[in-house]
Amino acid sequence: MKEISKSVRKKDHASKMSGGAKYVADWSADGALYGRLVRSPYARARVLDIHLPEMPEGCFAVDRRDVSGENRVHIVMDDTPVYAGETVEYIGDPVLMVVGHDEKETARLAKAVKVDYEELPAILNIRDYETVFFDYNYGKGDAQKAFAEADKVYEEEFQTGYQEQAYLETQGMIAQYRDGKMTVHGSMQCPYYVHGAIAKALGFTPDKVRVMQDTTGGGFGGKEAYPSILACQTAVAAYKAGGKPVRVIYDRREDMEFTSKRHPSLCTYKVAVKDGKVIAMDIDILFNSGGFTTLSAVVLQRGIIAASGVYNIPNLNVRGRAVKTNTVPTGAYRGFGAPQTFFAVETVMNHIAKDLGVEPLEFKKNHMAKQGDATSTSGKYHFPVPLPDMIEEVEKASGYYAKREEYRKPQTGRYRRGIGISLWFHGAGFTGSGERDFIKAVVKLHKFADGKVEVLVSQTDIGQGIKTTLSKIVANELNVPLDKVFCENPDTDHVPDSGPTVASRSLMTVGELLRRAAIKLRGQWVDGEEQMVEEHFKEPDFIIPFYIEKFRGDAYPTYAWAVAAVELKVDTLTGVHEVVGAWGSFDVGTSIDLNIVVGQMEGGFLQGLGYSSMEQMDTDAKGRIRNNSYSDYIIPTSVDVPNLQVIMHEEEYPDGPYGAKGAGELPLVGVPAAYISAMEQALNGVNLYHAPFSTEDTMKALREVL
Amino acid sequence: MADSMTFILNGKETVYSGSATARLLDVLRNEYNLTGVKCGCKEGECGACSVILDGRLVNSCMTAMGRVAGSGVVTIEGYRETERFKALDKAYASVSAVQCGFCIPGMVLASECILSKNAHPTEEEIREGISGNLCRCTGYNAIVKAIGIAAKEGDGLW
Repeated sequence: MKEISKSVRKKDHASKMSGGAKYVADWSADGALYGRLVRSPYARARVLDIHLPEMPEGCFAVDRRDVSGENRVHIVMDDTPVYAGETVEYIGDPVLMVVGHDEKETARLAKAVKVDYEELPAILNIRDYETVFFDYNYGKGDAQKAFAEADKVYEEEFQTGYQEQAYLETQGMIAQYRDGKMTVHGSMQCPYYVHGAIAKALGFTPDKVRVMQDTTGGGFGGKEAYPSILACQTAVAAYKAGGKPVRVIYDRREDMEFTSKRHPSLCTYKVAVKDGKVIAMDIDILFNSGGFTTLSAVVLQRGIIAASGVYNIPNLNVRGRAVKTNTVPTGAYRGFGAPQTFFAVETVMNHIAKDLGVEPLEFKKNHMAKQGDATSTSGKYHFPVPLPDMIEEVEKASGYYAKREEYRKPQTGRYRRGIGISLWFHGAGFTGSGERDFIKAVVKLHKFADGKVEVLVSQTDIGQGIKTTLSKIVANELNVPLDKVFCENPDTDHVPDSGPTVASRSLMTVGELLRRAAIKLRGQWVDGEEQMVEEHFKEPDFIIPFYIEKFRGDAYPTYAWAVAAVELKVDTLTGVHEVVGAWGSFDVGTSIDLNIVVGQMEGGFLQGLGYSSMEQMDTDAKGRIRNNSYSDYIIPTSVDVPNLQVIMHEEEYPDGPYGAKGAGELPLVGVPAAYISAMEQALNGVNLYHAPFSTEDTMKALREVL
Repeated sequence: MADSMTFILNGKETVYSGSATARLLDVLRNEYNLTGVKCGCKEGECGACSVILDGRLVNSCMTAMGRVAGSGVVTIEGYRETERFKALDKAYASVSAVQCGFCIPGMVLASECILSKNAHPTEEEIREGISGNLCRCTGYNAIVKAIGIAAKEGDGLW
């Protein structure tokens, strides 16, 4: 193991372990006002009039008329209003905020608000869409010719559902307007996203807005864009509050029902096979965006780029659309569009292999991309593709081949078993030229006269350990003890914009910038003097430029790789499925801290198993999310997957710090395909087409196959 | 005039004169400023608000103040002063079992309740013992490992 990979005591361990870490809800509420949102009960309606109850002294309400700048939350496209405009577009669309002295009073007042609506026809189902927010198309080779020459053409449709981030700490924000400046702090991944959004909504210059991250109780993408919306709403209220802070802390039901979650998907795959090999894919992808676009454009881009999986498919045609429905806007969740398409491509490959009478893993091996091959977007896999070795590792840990053979034989009795495997990648960092053209990350190191060094970045530690890993990189290059280097929660008045904490980019991209900054500081180091160094993003030289209009070029500089096997035991009496074992090999390059990286892999792997099975979320006939609590939206507990094993495989990335590449999202992405493949085997080899797969789904399938 | 009641909070006799139907969670956080007790769901599902009530792990969101009269309540703020906490602290740190940290105060008190009942639990018993405490970050392996390490290294403390 490299020295840098050796685990250290995490920088934030002590404060969190002792209960002393201050999350947004832990700020004293003395003198603060409480805000509560009043939301649309209709999926689509015109807002006619608002009737406020008699407001006690000091209580007030804000709506779109109080937005001093533009009533738009700056995300990617700026269509999400701060407060609903003339219409509401989903159940939960915020119309106004009531502000009162305490939680009870505010809740009472919010309940007493009467809003007159004229209900309008709503679109609730992804299949009924009328508005297409984004429509992308790309390809390579000659798919049409390949389909004409094929021996056999397969066509299958796949569906995936919502997934809720279910971070343990709900969303929360506190805003205060004093001396001409708006200060906002709360639970978030991206302080500068929040900063830009508030400046636009209030019509303030950037220097009049200050955003600070509080210790954040998990994000998983759910705190990428949503905090910008909540922060704008809270800041508008604070602007009217006469200098008092306004705090808005969601309860669990509000959080689960009305904040962004993973896009449900509908993917149609047409696959041409000739001489036992896949020669072409024609892929059509639909993502359900909900009522507004938020991050759908970029989620869809990542999803469609991954649509042909880890395979080298010479002829490809991919179309992807993100469509509007009158449901809660969907957004970022670990994997960012890729889990949906990986489920589809891995499952269609399994089904074709079965039809051809070939072991699925062997079939996949015959199609795997290798170093030097073209990617789906005619870029290049510049670095070794370690999948063959990783397959070996997972086979050794799981006994995949022997079990697969064993469970293929006709099974009898109450309990049936199955094992499945899937292969995937995660493109490391932003898609395309986002880093170079939009983010333009800047990092700084501040050396104090006493020799201590502060890492100045806008990265947020949301549990993934970034304070520790970034500090380790700097301490290592400066050759100083780790306790001489520190990194605080970001404050936009204090740190430069090193970009958001998303896309598995922080360690790979910002970490490398800090490594270079540390080398610079080392070269200039003068004992006893205060010094500051700065470093700016520069795209690696080897990149084939990416053109988003054509989806052509290197969508990512490099890839993290994964292979996972899942073994299930299915009870044919109750439909209950139990994970007997889950084995994953993950390549994220060099681990900057082995414990931290393994913790990321284990946590993400388990989220993937939840996404495959128990994590069911749906809307009712009116478009309302039905599963809005931990009683109705079940996430895995400590007893659900006792045997979950992670193997780290290291394929170094020369342009990442010490060989590290993107890590955080990887472990979740391809898990459902392995799970569903295991389920198919346990259910007499039936073909399945959706995830998550519930106990009820199992019962239904059992009626058909037994 | 409202009656008052007495309970032992982190080892100190404490007089409480508010409503008997108030949630222990709200009282601990708002009246006594014990913000290490986290609110994750307020419906008894997540375990983030776990405290020890007379030696047993309870969800403070599901406990009315009336139930607490005459009882002993231990929160992370009290527990962190103990030798047992030090053993758990060291063990959790050694495997980096703390990620976002929001479940951790409850998880630490759950660890104490496992070990105070059974100083040498099996892995299965550990998993059972924390099954009422949700963690979304870790996948639980590191936490389970940490409790096992604390049991071994802190031999004699429990």
